[in-house]
Amino acid sequence: MSYVVGLKCKECGHRVAIGPVHVCEACFGPYEVEYDYARMKGKVTRQSISAGPKSLWRYKDLLPVAEPRTGFFSGFTPFRKALRLGKELGCSDLWIKDDSCSYPTYSYKERVVSVAISKAMEFGFDTVGCASTGNLANSTAAHAAMAGLRCFVMIPHDLEQGKVLGSLIFGPTMVRIRGTYDDVNRLCTEIADKYGWAIVNVNLRPFYTEGAKTYGFEIAEQFGWKLPKHTVVPTAGGTILPKVYKAYREFIELGLVEDNEPKIYSAQAAGCNPVVKAIHKGIDIIEPQKPNTMAKSIAIGNPADGYYVWHAVKESGGWGESATDPEIIAAIKLLARTEGIWTEPAGGTTLAVAMKLIEQGRIPKNESIVISITGNGLKTLEAVQNDLAQPEAIEAKLSEFDELLARQEAKGEPAAKPADRASRPAVSVI
Amino acid sequence: MIQTMSIKVRIPSPLRNYTQGADVVEVAGNTVGEVLNGLKEKASGIETRLFKAPNQLNRFVNVYLNDEDIRFLKNLDTPVKPGDELSIIPAIAGGAYSRRGSSARVHIR
Repeated sequence: MSYVVGLKCKECGHRVAIGPVHVCEACFGPYEVEYDYARMKGKVTRQSISAGPKSLWRYKDLLPVAEPRTGFFSGFTPFRKALRLGKELGCSDLWIKDDSCSYPTYSYKERVVSVAISKAMEFGFDTVGCASTGNLANSTAAHAAMAGLRCFVMIPHDLEQGKVLGSLIFGPTMVRIRGTYDDVNRLCTEIADKYGWAIVNVNLRPFYTEGAKTYGFEIAEQFGWKLPKHTVVPTAGGTILPKVYKAYREFIELGLVEDNEPKIYSAQAAGCNPVVKAIHKGIDIIEPQKPNTMAKSIAIGNPADGYYVWHAVKESGGWGESATDPEIIAAIKLLARTEGIWTEPAGGTTLAVAMKLIEQGRIPKNESIVISITGNGLKTLEAVQNDLAQPEAIEAKLSEFDELLARQEAKGEPAAKPADRASRPAVSVI
Repeated sequence: MIQTMSIKVRIPSPLRNYTQGADVVEVAGNTVGEVLNGLKEKASGIETRLFKAPNQLNRFVNVYLNDEDIRFLKNLDTPVKPGDELSIIPAIAGGAYSRRGSSARVHIR
């Protein structure tokens, strides 16, 4: 059962039939998928969703796809209470939505790509592609491989090795562009125009962005069919934040959750914060920037959906902040140390910004807070390799180990004492 | 009076129905603003697609002078010289595949 009505321009309201178009013919505004919510009522329920597969496709009724073609194991990632991090920050109701382990390439991009590639196949495209800061390229290449489609991925020339190899392994044609992401994006616009391929984040953008809603749906469902009061979301191109907000509003509209007036906050790196600057100024004009941050996955100086991030933040009563590179690295390490989650700089940015907002008192410590972790640190080894002490090497002698512990103790590390034999756990030998 | 030079303006497919399908149009002008304003003489009706008000581009229209976003230059007041090239690109991740445009070369299996 499809509840899709068609495409509608977000700016002027001009309507067209579903097709691989994303720019309004009348005003250049973006098209968005329109649904018939009235018809969904009573049919799209907590029960109908709960009965679905444990993947992002459990929300298929709220996605613009007739038949899923990929992403059968993507999404439905862990949603966890962060007890140790919460204690560290003095927060009693702190949660993490963890897409660092989303199948198969460890980022939230599985969600948007699963929807975009399913739609591309529905339209009959045999070639897909993307403009990417790395994660999207990884995901597009993997899903294209699964679906057997030709794939072109375009990235800035200076990405982390993990992100480059993490695409190449799937066998796409990868092109490194000498320039920033914004240059890559512009080129992809022209490529989509000239070659008529399905560039997932360009001409399939109305469908692609809808996939991001599943991140918000999952938060609401996994939180026990209620909404967190505060959700902190990273902003790069600006896809996920407005869609998390839209997901919350759709669940409210359908009566699946109570409206607790959820607030959404945007997190950016200080070296690339055009949306946060506009939020602080109170003017919805996003001035483009030349990015300068180690958080490469969110180094987008001319965010496609920045304007909608601004409005989602304002409408919800949220705010935005940015974090410096050292703050980002410190937050990556804090999350790893307290929660056992290794995220990439985008996740470090989100946590660092959440900490700022909590310190500022904008987010009260005793209310429910969700930190959006959207990517995996294993892909960005470069980000922390100079910030972690190289481990010492010793001979395989207990005396050397004893000395190493003594040295650590002298440096202020917690002392380790030989265990009392009686208190050791019993070992049973079979 | 010194003759103003013409420069090339690249037209994205959603706007080519105003240029009889042409993807490049030559227009005279001394600044980006003058060139874009001059476009309407060669592509009647295009002005309302580009401008919200006189000297104010629509939110979703991005203009590049030789690959640089004019917002990093002097916006519409940026001077142009012979050999320069202007590109008009829709802002939301840019140009569309248009079924009407000349780019309708979809590879169907």
